[in-house]
Amino acid sequence: MLQVPHREKANGAAGKDKAIILVGGPSRGTRFRPLSLDVPKPLFDVAGHPIIWHCLTAIAKVPSIQEVCMIGYYDESVFKDFIKEAASEFPNLSIKYLREYQALGTAGGLYHFRDAILKGRPERLFVLNSDVCCSFPLNDMAKLFDDKDAEAVILGTRVSQDAATNFGCIVSDQHSRRVLHYVEKPESQISNLINCGVYLFSSDAIFPSIRTAIKRRTDRPRLVSYPSSENLESSFMADEDEERKNEVIRLEQDILSDLADSKQFFVHETKDFWRQIKTAGSAVPANALYLQQAQQSDSSELAKPSPNIIAPVFIHPSAQIDPTAKLGPNVSIGPRAVIGAGARVKEAIVLEDAEIKHDACVLYSIVGWNSRVGAWARVEGTPTPVTSHSTSIVKNGVKVQSITILGKECGVGDEVRVQNCVCLPFKELKRDVANEVIM
Amino acid sequence: MKALILVGGFGTRLRPLTLTMPKPLVEFANKPMILHQIEALAAVGVTDVVLAVNYRPEIMERVLKEYEDQLGLKIHFSLEPEPLGTAGPLKLAEEILAKDNSPFFVLNSDVTCEFPFKQLVDFHKAHGDEGTIVVTKVEEPSKYGVIVHKPNHPSRIDRFVEKPVEFVGNRINAGLYILNPSVLNRIEKNRPTSIEQETFPAIVRDGQLHSFDLEGFWMDVGQPKDFLTGTCLYLSSLAKKSPQLLVSPSESYVHGGNVMVDETAKIGKNCRIGPNVVIGKGCVVGDGVRLQRCTLLPGSKVKDHAWIKSTIVGWNSSVGKWARLENVTVLGDDVTIGDEIYVNGGSILPHKSIKANVDIPAIIM
Repeated sequence: MLQVPHREKANGAAGKDKAIILVGGPSRGTRFRPLSLDVPKPLFDVAGHPIIWHCLTAIAKVPSIQEVCMIGYYDESVFKDFIKEAASEFPNLSIKYLREYQALGTAGGLYHFRDAILKGRPERLFVLNSDVCCSFPLNDMAKLFDDKDAEAVILGTRVSQDAATNFGCIVSDQHSRRVLHYVEKPESQISNLINCGVYLFSSDAIFPSIRTAIKRRTDRPRLVSYPSSENLESSFMADEDEERKNEVIRLEQDILSDLADSKQFFVHETKDFWRQIKTAGSAVPANALYLQQAQQSDSSELAKPSPNIIAPVFIHPSAQIDPTAKLGPNVSIGPRAVIGAGARVKEAIVLEDAEIKHDACVLYSIVGWNSRVGAWARVEGTPTPVTSHSTSIVKNGVKVQSITILGKECGVGDEVRVQNCVCLPFKELKRDVANEVIM
Repeated sequence: MKALILVGGFGTRLRPLTLTMPKPLVEFANKPMILHQIEALAAVGVTDVVLAVNYRPEIMERVLKEYEDQLGLKIHFSLEPEPLGTAGPLKLAEEILAKDNSPFFVLNSDVTCEFPFKQLVDFHKAHGDEGTIVVTKVEEPSKYGVIVHKPNHPSRIDRFVEKPVEFVGNRINAGLYILNPSVLNRIEKNRPTSIEQETFPAIVRDGQLHSFDLEGFWMDVGQPKDFLTGTCLYLSSLAKKSPQLLVSPSESYVHGGNVMVDETAKIGKNCRIGPNVVIGKGCVVGDGVRLQRCTLLPGSKVKDHAWIKSTIVGWNSSVGKWARLENVTVLGDDVTIGDEIYVNGGSILPHKSIKANVDIPAIIM
């Protein structure tokens, strides 16, 4: 059972809150291939910065947070440089990486590291999944938490009815904003208010709740869905033994619906942008949204708009852009990338050391590290509606990736056209290709 | 001498171009298609050209009028009251074709080649029989009607074999003939008649029909794909015979040769143009444009950094920056292709504005 929270009324004191970023591990995030073959997803650059940098930026705006724990099962060396750089960029934050030696699930990982997390007696924990792109309105969540004297606050957003069942769905009381019911990826439509993967928990509430879930797990197998007469047998986890052995406990499946039974679980509905970063192609909309956010906040990092720069555009200072090339909107150009005369880049990410030759055209695409796009070549994806949460589209009856992705050190020949393709590293494309994955 | 050109109907195979312009006036290598033939006829002393048409082409009459004086010949329009096949129009124009005893030419208007009419006349007169068919050798004769000669005779035709299953020869009817006026006596008045299936076999039975081997290229350019191929062949031929009509290969933008540019056209900086490109009167090509195997019809505009291959850009059309057109795309009159748009094998009807990619071949109404 949950414990009744005993905590002081919020006073905004520094150190009162802690932030946890769930970064996952190399065996997760396979959908981010081929880009995650070369860089761990949390460190992939969108809008000129690693995905987790955007989380840290939001965290740094919450005065009560001094400490950030990244939890995942990547090797420690993976985040060493990032943490070092972040330490100088975010001097008010102390950033640690806590490594799981096996995947424990999002809640299992929290519980495993509870001593480290609770060190310094934080009252509240912000928990951020690193694979979402959003404005992370953490202060708004904290305010709701205080106003409602909550035990937990979840960030929610509205999506289309069709898309909602791909996410955790929240049923809330419109007036009180209390969470009445939570179900992960329901089969039927329950609500179009979905879980953004960002939470604020009272320390006193979350750990007992996870403990309860673990205890229940050892007592009886977990139901994955409400059994109906047809699926009564199959509704129990098939790999139940393995699950139990691994102690995989996930916030979404195992904890949130329990919390909904408590009276003190609330949802903050964000009207800002929100997108999952699951597939590699979703880096393009994420890049666009973070660039637009930077543009709205008049970030000095962005390139100055001009007839050939359609804002927002991020150009790394070491990149070389021919003045006759036209970039934007929603373009990021990485370090030492070279963009030739009369080239066109729109809705795209061009990574480190890549080269786009003269008169080439790159649209809705990601050009991988060290890749080369030849003169008059055309590398093209397909625009998806701004409200879409999917990165695949159906073309001529076939499901294809909307974003074209060139992995590391790929080459596209002069005048060659590549459309809706995903190209694994070190491939040379000498002929036109469309709607393919190129191994 | 006299000639009849079988123009026929609306040229639907060359739509969307022929929605705006009668087919004979569509510019092939910067010159109305039919003018290539009329000029070649004038060069061998033809004084009367009959255009056999089955609709009233006022615009054609107006345009061709100005060439009459220039070329020193008379252009007659012969309007079929009803379709008369390929032989009927000859009978209909009997008054002109039989006004003297000299032989007359008959040409299909869709054919392009080097028009060796002088040699044809000499050959025809040398054998002295009623008719001569120009033939061309093809790789796959099974798709055509093949001509078979009399045994032990190099030119007298023995028979025609339509779409032969077994190899009987590789010479096919090239759609160009020279005939004596006596042939007209073999054609009935006002009855639709096929010259290939009725008139010629009758002449063959009398041993009066010969074939003349065409040197060089030959192409029926009645549809867009063949129009582009025919342009390649024509430009290649020009490169050998009249290179002064092409842009010099030493010009910086020329790539692979066979580039014809009207003197009023403007070409931007850092373009790569060729091989096999025709740029028409008043066309404007921007900077960094890549063109190959394409025809820009008069008044069209290609903006900076566009890439065009195997495409006919219609009159007054505009192709946007970084657009890419390929795979037998045909833009009708006054079509606008937006910036960064891709068109794969699109047939775009006149006055359309294209703002989304055409990924697979389609007709855009």
